[in-house]
Amino acid sequence: MLINEGAMRRNRTVRRLGQVGLWLNPLVAYFFLWAPILVLVLFSFNSSRSVASFTGFTLKWYGNILNNVMGAESAFSTELMLNAFRNSLFVGSIATAISTVLGTMIALAMARGKFPGKGLIDGLLFLPVVIPEITQAISLAIFFKVVFDWFALISGERVFPGFHTIIAAHVTFNISYVAIVARARLADMNPRLEEAANDLGANPWRAFWRVTFPLILPGVISGALLAFTLSLDDFVITFFTSGVGTTTLPVFVYGLLKLTVTPEVNAVSTIMMVLSTLLIGISLAIQGRSASRV
Amino acid sequence: MKKIGILLFVLLLLVPSGLAQDMEHEPWTCPEGYDGQTLSIFNWSTYIAEDTVPNFEAACGVTVNYDIYESNEAMLARIRQGNPGYDIVVPSGGTVQRMAEEMLLIPLDLEMIPNVANVIPDLLGAAYDPENMYSLPYQWGTVGVGYRTEVFPDGITSWDQVWDHDGPVAWLDDRQTMLGIAHLYLGNDPNSTDADEISAARDYLIEKGGNVVTVAADDGQVLLERGDVDIAVEYNGDILQISWDCECDDYAYAIPDEGSNVWIDNLSIPVDAPNPELAMVFIDYILDAKVGADLTNYIWYASPNQASIESGFIDEEILNDPAIFPPAEQVAKLFAIIDVGAEAEELINNAWDELLIFLGQ
Amino acid sequence: MARLGRRLQQNGFFLALPTIAWLFVFFVLPLVIVLVVSFMSRGRGGVAIMPFTLQHYERAFGVFFIILRRSIGLAGLTTVICLLVGYPLAFFISTRRRRLVRQITLFLVILPFWTNFLIRTYAWRILLGEQGTINGLLLSLGLIDEPITMLNTQFAVLVGLVYGFLPFMVLPIFASVERFNFRYVDAAHDLGANDIRAFLRVVLPLTMPGVLAGCALVFIPSVGAFVTPDLLGGTKGLMIGNLINKQFGGSGNMPLGSALSIVMMAVVMLSLLVYVFSIRRDRGS
Repeated sequence: MLINEGAMRRNRTVRRLGQVGLWLNPLVAYFFLWAPILVLVLFSFNSSRSVASFTGFTLKWYGNILNNVMGAESAFSTELMLNAFRNSLFVGSIATAISTVLGTMIALAMARGKFPGKGLIDGLLFLPVVIPEITQAISLAIFFKVVFDWFALISGERVFPGFHTIIAAHVTFNISYVAIVARARLADMNPRLEEAANDLGANPWRAFWRVTFPLILPGVISGALLAFTLSLDDFVITFFTSGVGTTTLPVFVYGLLKLTVTPEVNAVSTIMMVLSTLLIGISLAIQGRSASRV
Repeated sequence: MKKIGILLFVLLLLVPSGLAQDMEHEPWTCPEGYDGQTLSIFNWSTYIAEDTVPNFEAACGVTVNYDIYESNEAMLARIRQGNPGYDIVVPSGGTVQRMAEEMLLIPLDLEMIPNVANVIPDLLGAAYDPENMYSLPYQWGTVGVGYRTEVFPDGITSWDQVWDHDGPVAWLDDRQTMLGIAHLYLGNDPNSTDADEISAARDYLIEKGGNVVTVAADDGQVLLERGDVDIAVEYNGDILQISWDCECDDYAYAIPDEGSNVWIDNLSIPVDAPNPELAMVFIDYILDAKVGADLTNYIWYASPNQASIESGFIDEEILNDPAIFPPAEQVAKLFAIIDVGAEAEELINNAWDELLIFLGQ
Repeated sequence: MARLGRRLQQNGFFLALPTIAWLFVFFVLPLVIVLVVSFMSRGRGGVAIMPFTLQHYERAFGVFFIILRRSIGLAGLTTVICLLVGYPLAFFISTRRRRLVRQITLFLVILPFWTNFLIRTYAWRILLGEQGTINGLLLSLGLIDEPITMLNTQFAVLVGLVYGFLPFMVLPIFASVERFNFRYVDAAHDLGANDIRAFLRVVLPLTMPGVLAGCALVFIPSVGAFVTPDLLGGTKGLMIGNLINKQFGGSGNMPLGSALSIVMMAVVMLSLLVYVFSIRRDRGS
C-alpha cells in the first residue's frame, strides 16, 4: 500500500499545527476567562485608586468595608447593601422552592406520563429558555400592570408590585431549567425499577418516595442549585418587576457600578466572588457525595 | 487703623449674618404619634447624606424604606404604573407639573410643614407649581460641563468647546436639556413644541455629536474620573462630588456662557401614598435649617433653604463656590424645563431615539 | 395497587397541569399582551391606547433597523468567535485522559461564571478603560505612546458578549465530544483519510448537535443583550436591548418597545427554526 509521500508530509504538518493549536487555544482561552477576575482581585489590594498600575499592597479598602459593616457608625449605604443581599436571598430561596417543585413535577409527568400534546408542552418548556431576557422582562411588566389595573377596577383595592411579582417572574424563568436538568436525570433512569417496586406491592406513593425520588434527587438538587444561582444573578427581569424596598443585590450593584469608581467596589466584588464560589463549591460537594451513593 | 477697619468690615460681610441663630437653633423634633410607622422614600441615587434617614428614623421612631432611581423618567414610569407604595418622590420642576396634571401627586398640607418658612422666597411659587400645592424644593442646581483641567487649562466658557473638542465626550441622557441647549443655539425657545424646531435641534446635535462616546444616564462623572472622557455634560453636584472624593484639582465644572438648564428638585407625595402624614413630617424635617444644611454639606448641591444658608450651618466653601451657587448674571441665562404636553413629548421622544441611533454611526 | 400506579402514569397530565397553568399565566399570556400592545397607539407618557396602528412596526423597520442589524451582526460575530474559541477548548477538555484533569479543566471554565454577571462586565470596564489596566500595561511596556480607545466601542461590546456567553458554547460541545468514540477517527485513517478529512467528515458531523446547541445558546441572549452594551458600548455599541429598555422609561413609548421586542423575538425564532432544521437534516443524513 503506497500512500503519496507529499500527502503524508502534509498530513504530519497539519497534525503538528493542530497539536500546537490545541495547546495554544486553551491557554489563550483560560487567560481570557481569568484575566478580568484576577485584575479585579489584584486591584482590590492596590494602594492607589488607579487601575492602570499596581503601586503597592494594602488592605485598607477591605478595612473600610469591615468598618462600614461592623463599625460603630455602620453607614447608611452599607445598610442598603446588606438589605439588598437579604432581599436577594429571600427572593432566591422562595423562587427556587416553588420552581423546583413545579419543574420536577412536569419533568416526571413528561418522562413517565402518557398523554397527548407532549410536543406542545415541550415547546412551552423550551421557550422561556430561548426568549431574550428583555422581552420576558417587559412582557411581565406590562402583564402585571394590566392585571393590577383590572383588579383595582373590579375590587377597588390597589395591588402593588413587590416581592410577589419578582418571585413570580423568577419562578417562571427557573421552571424550564429545573425541568430540563431533572428530565436528563430521569431519562438516564430505568423505569423498570419503579415497576419492580410496584410489583413488590409498594403503593405508587411509596414507590415514588422510596425508589424514584432518591434516584432523581441529585438531578433535582442540581436543578434547584441552577435555579438559585440564576435567581441571585438576575438583573434585567428583576429590574422590571420590582416594587418598594425590593432592591436585590444585582439591582443594587448595577447602581453602584454606574455611580462610583471607588476601589471599595473592587473589594466588594472580590468578597462576593469568594462567597459565591464557596457557596456553590460546598453544595456541589454535597451533591457529588449524594450522587456517588446512588 | 483704616486698614483694620476695612478688614473688619470684610470679615463682617463674610460672617453669615445669622451666626447668632447658631446658638438658638433647636434640633428638629418629631410630632407625636408616628411611632412604629413606615415611610417609603423614592429618591435619586447619591442624593442624600449618610445620616439624614437614620436621624429621622431615630427622631420619629419610624422605619424608612429607601429606594433609588436614575432619572425623572424612571421614577415617573414607576408611579404611572400605579404607585407601588412610595410616600415621597423627588421630581424635578417640569415633572412636578406633569405629575400634577396627571393627578399623580396629592396636595401638601402646608400647616403640617411649618419649616416652609425657611425656603428662599424666590424658589417658592415657581411656574410649574405656582401655589406650591404639590411640591416644595429639595435642592436645586444646574446642568453644565465637567471637564479635565489638564485638557482645558483655560477652562470652558462655550458649548462650542464641547462640540469641537477633539477627544471623547459624554452627554447627559436628559432629552429636554440637551435639545434645549440646541434650541438656544438655533435661537428657539428651549422648551419648543414645534415639530420642525425639534427636528432642527435633533439634527444640530447629531451634527455636533461626532465626538460623543456615550450618552450617560447620570454617570458621566464616573467616566470623567476614570479618564474615559475629557468632558461630561452633567449635573453640577455630581462633578463636584468627584473633585471632593479625589481631593484634587483634576476636574472642574462650568456653565457655558450660552446658557444651560437650571432645575429644582422637589419633595412631593405621590398619589396612593400609604402614609402621607408622615411624608409631610419628613418634608418638614428636610426643610429644617440644620438638616437641610447637613444634606447640602454632604451632597454639594445648592440649598433652597434660606435658614440653612443664613444660620452658617452650610460650609463656607460651598456657599462661595460659583459652581454651586452661580452668580446672578449666569442665572439669568439659565432655562428651566417645563412640561411640553403629550404631542411634543412624543416628538421629543422620537427625536431622542433617532439621535441615539445616528450618534453611533 | 399496580393498577393505581399505572393510572397515575396515564394521568401524568394532571401532574403537569400546575406547571402548564403557571407558564400559561406568567409566560404565554404576557407575551400575548405584548403582541397586542405592539399594535396600539402611544398615549401620554408612553402608555398604550386605542386605536390600533402599524406605525411602530414601520419605525422598527425604519430608523431602528440600523440598530437591529447591528445587534444581529454583533450577536452573529459573538457566536462565530465563541465557536472558534470554544470548540478547540471543549475538545481539549474532553480529550484529557484522566478524569480529574478533565474535571479541573472544565471547572476552570465554569468557575468565573459563578460571579455576578454585572461584576464580570464591570471588570472589563476596568481592563478596557482609557486609564485602564490594558492601556496601563502597554504604556509601561512602551508598546504604545497614546492610550488606545477600547471602551465605548463595538469592540468592547464584542469582548463583553464573548466573555459572557463562552461557557454556553463550551458546555454543549464538551458533552458531545465526550460521547464521541475516537475509534471512528482511526477507522477513517485506515480508510485513507488525512487528519483534515477525518475531522471534517467524521468528528465534526458527529459533534454537530453540540455545536448547534452552543450556537443557539450564544446567539439568542446576545441579540437581546442589554447590560453588556449598557456598561461597555456607549453610543457606538448601542444595541436593540438598550433602545427597548428606553421605551419603558417615563416618556418612552411602550407600544414601540413592544413592537421592537416582537421583531427581535421573530429574529430569534427564525434562527431557532434554522437550528431545528439543521438538526433534522443532521439526523437524516
